[in-house]
Amino acid sequence: MILLNFLASVGRSCLGLLGAIGRVSIFAGQAITHIFRPPFYFKELMQAVLYIGYFSLPVVGLTAFFTGGALALQIYAGGARFNAESVVPLIVAIGMVRELGPVLGGLMVAGRVAASIAAEIGTMKVTEQIDALTTLSTHPMKYLTVPRVVAATLTMPILVAIGDVIGVMGGFTVGVTRLDFNAATYLNNTIDFLESWDVISGLIKAAVFGFIVAMMGCYHGMNSARGAQGVGRATTNAVVSASVLILASNYILTELFFSA
Amino acid sequence: MIELLDIHKAFGANKVLTGVNLTIPSGESMVIIGGSGTGKSICLKCILGLVNPDQGTILLDGQDVEAAERDAFLARFGMLFQGGALFDSLSVWQNVAFRLLRGSLKRPKAEAREIAIEKLRRVGLSPDVADLFPAELSGGMQKRVGLARAIAAEPEIIFFDEPTTGLDPIMAGVINELIREIVTEMGATAMTITHDMTSVRAIADRVAMLHDGVIQWTGPIADMDTSTDPYLDQFIHGREEGPIEAVR
Repeated sequence: MILLNFLASVGRSCLGLLGAIGRVSIFAGQAITHIFRPPFYFKELMQAVLYIGYFSLPVVGLTAFFTGGALALQIYAGGARFNAESVVPLIVAIGMVRELGPVLGGLMVAGRVAASIAAEIGTMKVTEQIDALTTLSTHPMKYLTVPRVVAATLTMPILVAIGDVIGVMGGFTVGVTRLDFNAATYLNNTIDFLESWDVISGLIKAAVFGFIVAMMGCYHGMNSARGAQGVGRATTNAVVSASVLILASNYILTELFFSA
Repeated sequence: MIELLDIHKAFGANKVLTGVNLTIPSGESMVIIGGSGTGKSICLKCILGLVNPDQGTILLDGQDVEAAERDAFLARFGMLFQGGALFDSLSVWQNVAFRLLRGSLKRPKAEAREIAIEKLRRVGLSPDVADLFPAELSGGMQKRVGLARAIAAEPEIIFFDEPTTGLDPIMAGVINELIREIVTEMGATAMTITHDMTSVRAIADRVAMLHDGVIQWTGPIADMDTSTDPYLDQFIHGREEGPIEAVR
């Protein structure tokens, strides 16, 4: 009996998970088809670009700077065991542009943007603003979801590219001021050994993470339950699901891009 | 004319509408009354397509609403939501002119603003309010802005969902008066949901009472007080004893 109950509960969880995956996939599919069908709301798109891209710059920049600095210290300390201190500039650059730039940038934006989108849309839902949009002949998916998803997908690579530069400069600052690297040598090592695919793969990851962040914010907002508790739960779920999906898709993309 | 034919709607095991039949003639003001949770708002949302009925047909001027072209269909409606449902991120005039700033009814910005200010004036708000944001307004003002938005595109049919809920008696009277004036002036078909009997008497040409998922009684407002229907009698007099259970 206990075994049956256990299996039933595992089955319920699996069905719940598959149901959720199905609902998110349908939502994402609808959002993608709406991207290419008029009407287009350019003003809303520009506002989303400003909010998601421009206003996320300080948090992404600071994260990248300190991560680059810490990475330089770690690699220097680790590399010293093999007399390989000179690889610090290259490893910092590769680590930043391939992995830490997009992943940490994505996670920071998930915390900031997915939460805010879910809270905003969730509140709109519980106060009947979404219904009001429909009665005013405006499709909520087109007006609320499409601008945010497009803006996040387009701005995340730019944000991460800036973050990459700041991160490398973080490593450079620590390398030059704390680890006695020559400034010119550090920069030359970074530029000479970094390949364009290292950068491009990171930017592709960033676009995917941007899509995930906005999609999770919109999905959980649109499906928010009634009341303050419902909106709170939608906000938490948006951040958690966006973060988990970023980490999972990062592994899949890394496997796709770099497996031999 | 709006016709609801045998409308059913359930949410899980909870059967909210179990065969609603109702006709709202053109140019008339129909008020639907009934206790909380009896499905009044669901009825209204079914007509607008915000909720899909499980069974039944809704006709607008003899045409099935499901077959109608969505934008053209919705362009005929205006709606005042219970809480106003104003968009927080837009200023008052942008809320009022929302429909005039995008879509098939799009006008130049200056013209849309002018119309919005005119509609605000029509509901008793000064042009100074136009550039404020909804959060800066009192509940009564938000309701009036919602009313101005509902009438901005001069719709043929206007829905009012609990228009006086949360307002003091004086402001409720002002809103009732405005609704009556606007509906008469525009010659629009109106459908109002309320359990405020003062509103019913001020707004209605006809009244329908929804209970247990069906229309229990319908008739002209003049017949409401003389009706012998026990459900209606209990409801309009607010009696605890009667066929409607007080604790639901």
